[in-house]
Amino acid sequence: MARTVWDSSVGKKTVMAVSGLVMLAYLVVHMLGNLKIFFGAGEFDHYAHWLRTIGEPFMHYEWTLWVVRVVLVAAVVAHAVSAYQLSRRDIKARPSKYVHKKPRTSYATRTMRWGGIILGLFIVWHILDLTTGTVHPGGFQSGHPYQNVIDTFSTWYGNAVYIVAMLALGLHVRHGFWSAAQTLGVGSRTRDRALKATANLLALVLTVGFISVPVGVMTGVVS
Amino acid sequence: MKLTLRVWRQKNADAEGAMSTYEVDGISKDMSFLEMLDTLNEELILKGEDPVAFDHDCREGICGACSLVINGDAHGPERTTTCQLHMRSFQDGDTIDVEPWRASAFPVVKDLVVDRSAFDRIIQAGGYITAPTGAAPEAHATPVPRPDADFAFEHAECIGCGACVAACPNGAAMLFTSAKINHLNVLPQGAPERESRVLDMVAQMDEEGFGGCTLTGECATACPKGIPLMSITGMNKEWLRATRKAGKK
Amino acid sequence: MTATAAYPEHPEYANYTTGEPVVDGKAPKGPISERWDTRRFEAKLVNPANRRKHTVIVVGTGLAGGSAGATLAEQGYHVVQFCYQDSPRRAHSIAAQGGINAAKNYRNDGDSIHRLFYDTVKGGDFRARESNVHRLAQISVEIIDQCVAQGVPFAREYGGLLDTRSFGGVQVSRTFYARGQTGQQLLLGAYQALSRQIAAGNIEMHPRTEMLDLIVIDGRARGIVARDLITGGISTYFADAVVLASGGYGNVFYLSTNAMNSNATAIWRAHRRGAYFANPCFTQIHPTCIPRTGDHQSKLTLMSESLRNDGRIWVPKAKGDNRPPNQIPEDERDYYLERIYPSFGNLVPRDIASRAAKNVCDEGRGVGPGGQGVYLDFADAIKRMGRGAVEAKYGNLFDMYQRITDEDPYEVPMRIYPAVHYTMGGLWVDYDLQTTIPGLFAIGEANFSDHGANRLGASALMQGLADGYFVLPSTINDYLARNPHHDEITDQHPVVQEVLADTEDRLNLLLAVDGDRTPDSFHRELGELMWEFCGMARTDAGLRKALERIPQIREEFWRRIKVPGTGEEFNQSLEKANRIVDYLELAELMCLDALHRAESCGGHFREESQTPDGEAERKDDEFSYAAAWEFTDTGAAPVLHKEDLVFEYVHPTQRSYA
Repeated sequence: MARTVWDSSVGKKTVMAVSGLVMLAYLVVHMLGNLKIFFGAGEFDHYAHWLRTIGEPFMHYEWTLWVVRVVLVAAVVAHAVSAYQLSRRDIKARPSKYVHKKPRTSYATRTMRWGGIILGLFIVWHILDLTTGTVHPGGFQSGHPYQNVIDTFSTWYGNAVYIVAMLALGLHVRHGFWSAAQTLGVGSRTRDRALKATANLLALVLTVGFISVPVGVMTGVVS
Repeated sequence: MKLTLRVWRQKNADAEGAMSTYEVDGISKDMSFLEMLDTLNEELILKGEDPVAFDHDCREGICGACSLVINGDAHGPERTTTCQLHMRSFQDGDTIDVEPWRASAFPVVKDLVVDRSAFDRIIQAGGYITAPTGAAPEAHATPVPRPDADFAFEHAECIGCGACVAACPNGAAMLFTSAKINHLNVLPQGAPERESRVLDMVAQMDEEGFGGCTLTGECATACPKGIPLMSITGMNKEWLRATRKAGKK
Repeated sequence: MTATAAYPEHPEYANYTTGEPVVDGKAPKGPISERWDTRRFEAKLVNPANRRKHTVIVVGTGLAGGSAGATLAEQGYHVVQFCYQDSPRRAHSIAAQGGINAAKNYRNDGDSIHRLFYDTVKGGDFRARESNVHRLAQISVEIIDQCVAQGVPFAREYGGLLDTRSFGGVQVSRTFYARGQTGQQLLLGAYQALSRQIAAGNIEMHPRTEMLDLIVIDGRARGIVARDLITGGISTYFADAVVLASGGYGNVFYLSTNAMNSNATAIWRAHRRGAYFANPCFTQIHPTCIPRTGDHQSKLTLMSESLRNDGRIWVPKAKGDNRPPNQIPEDERDYYLERIYPSFGNLVPRDIASRAAKNVCDEGRGVGPGGQGVYLDFADAIKRMGRGAVEAKYGNLFDMYQRITDEDPYEVPMRIYPAVHYTMGGLWVDYDLQTTIPGLFAIGEANFSDHGANRLGASALMQGLADGYFVLPSTINDYLARNPHHDEITDQHPVVQEVLADTEDRLNLLLAVDGDRTPDSFHRELGELMWEFCGMARTDAGLRKALERIPQIREEFWRRIKVPGTGEEFNQSLEKANRIVDYLELAELMCLDALHRAESCGGHFREESQTPDGEAERKDDEFSYAAAWEFTDTGAAPVLHKEDLVFEYVHPTQRSYA
């Protein structure tokens, strides 16, 4: 069955939809957690520490977090590989373009591929910046995420990269969520408006929620 | 009306093609687009040139033979087939680009004529109900609820023209394939082959080299019969259901 | 054979000889309702294990060809099938709108097989064979069952049962339909059954391949010559029997409701090889088509006849009155149908309505471009019922009209004009649907059998499917069982060589003329001539004129035709020109048949043969027969073979609409 799913264009699209929804669920939680930054360093850092102790004493320190990380990496890889293979297939299916060019389809649809690549690159930077600290501006301090966040958003490029990526995320989620619903066969004529509204709401809330952090740092609300 | 036409000319499947420019004069607004091309062809023949080849037959919008991309739109600016498009949709002095359907599963045969036999093979893979002649039960033996009958009809309206593939940036045949699956799978008569139908047709669709769906909706916009985009959702649902059932076996 | 130069004053063109009568030897005697059962029982069967060894060629994939190919393949025969379209799904049956008749009597309104039989014989103006029509009515019931089982989405009531409507003046509601696309849905059903057999390897399908000639060896049909329309390659295909399901020949008229590429080549070539052609002059002209807009017109589009229920037909009283219709006052309008036929008014039958429209246009009172149209006015209906009610009833037709004409029929009266849309004539067949060439069968519109001189609405689909699903698959067994062909034929066979050379020569000649006129210009010229003299009303003098003109056009054609390109490529001009070659011969036979039949019946109206009030006058004493013509040579006198029609169950009466 796994083979059937992976070999079929509809099946591969299902893999994209499910992995996308996993990441979307994670992002909602991640965004809500980020908002804790507005309650000050103590609460934010405490929350960050708690993430590592979830499930104790059954789970060892950071085990739950690693489970989440593994699931996320699997989702990202599945999403990216299926997207890559499907895109290759799509490009092969339409090798020659029309001579008469026309602007078509909504912005979000057209930018799914580019948006996906932007988001992929962003994730790499984001992990190197705030998880491992490899490319962090200023001294990265493990266990002090509040200060690390402020450091990042004190640079112009930190803000620029983050905000661009979050706008891309909004567009990606807007088309992606509705699209996943169609792929999974839950869309219908009667449900379409509700699905589109949910997609728009999710995109808006995620984008605004995430962007509020750098904006907070820039405006001095978070310091 | 006087018009400038830029038409895709390609001698045969293996030849290189290019756009050629022609001037046509004395075009009436009441002409259909194909009658305008007839006018051009009559002139070309008399000049000893090769007339432009294009597929057409019923010229009533139902056979699905005509297949031109006009100014970048499959079947042109109106929501209808090329044969039902009239020249009143254009202005005197316009330049009109005419191209064939573009998709690797629809190779060009000559000029504006493409090979759509891939569609036939998708139907052959499962787009039918096995009902050998003479074996049919009395027609009223199985009532079909009116909403299901209407749903089936709306999807059965597909004329197999291929505008969906031509319009899709991915050259996908999802709308065509889903229309037939939805038509047959909703009917009680189609139930025994419900799973194999969708699995086999989707597999054949992939095999033919059509692209995948990114839900741009271009297909449904181009469809002269108004098959809705949601048809694809229905096919996905049927496919997942069939895959789950096959997995349990 | 008695040579009778029918027209001594012009022996060079309008003549024919009369041969032995032709007799249908296959229809069993006995009570009419038992004949089909009897025939099926008496027919020899082919052992299922042996069927694989028999190859049957089917030309055409419309309702008749598609259903026949699928059914023969299901039975185990090896089927080799052809269509000129790029896919079997595009055959012109797809354009049929209205519906399909069946004597189901679901409405409990007094319908029965016998009533459908009676209506069809009478509707055909007593020029059809009773045995065939009765079988058609019997089978009609099974067709609906078959199509429903295939998933054809017929219109249904809220209870989930099939809906029916009444059609064309019949007093029962027996027409099953799928909105305005019944033909499409039935055709796709047959196409899907065909597709299933193609996938199973039982049918070898050749799309974009056109039959150009028939191969007859030792008096039996053994194969065809066909051209691959993409490569231009000419090939032979051999079989134990050949079935022609290539449709009608309405395109002789150039403008018709037929598809652009529908053609008569398959049946005409078969005719030239010995198959008799019956009643070629019986053509049906539909009164409510959208009129032509100019010389560029390439085809005509039908509008449902139901519009005449509420629309009023009129023209201005004065000749050449070009005022817009809304400015012509009531007392200057001539509601001519209401005036001439006060009791039936706008609802007179098709042929009457068509002829009346032609008459007023001929008087110079026609409207619209070229004066070839009459108004169909809904102003009164809108006043009476309200715009909403009119919209609910005819909305989709009004939309279609507006798309084509760019006129709003709610504001301005529609313009309509009659157009050719069906041919009742075709290859002569016996009860088994076999032509006069053993092993050659003709089904659907390609044969002449069931509709007599006039076809009723919603009966074409019924006949196509009856022939293909049920009749032919039963009767062809008998032929194959009695004629097991074990001899292999190859292209080296002298007959095959001759037929191949014939075809190649014809195509090469077309390409070699290199004249100064396009194929379409000849087709249009022929069509206009036929419409004028062999259209809605025919006269002795007019037909003679046409018979004089056609050989001249033919001669000019072979002198001035210009076909660009070569034969070894996709060449649509060559396809067209080659079809016109056959139209130029068929047209002559149509006119000759029309001339010899000096009576009016059904779609054939001879002005000399009418009642004092202008109605068609049938002459049963002289013409109660089907005219089957035997080919002799191009331009030479054909031989007429009469099949006498015997009416045991439905007694001929004169129609009246006063």
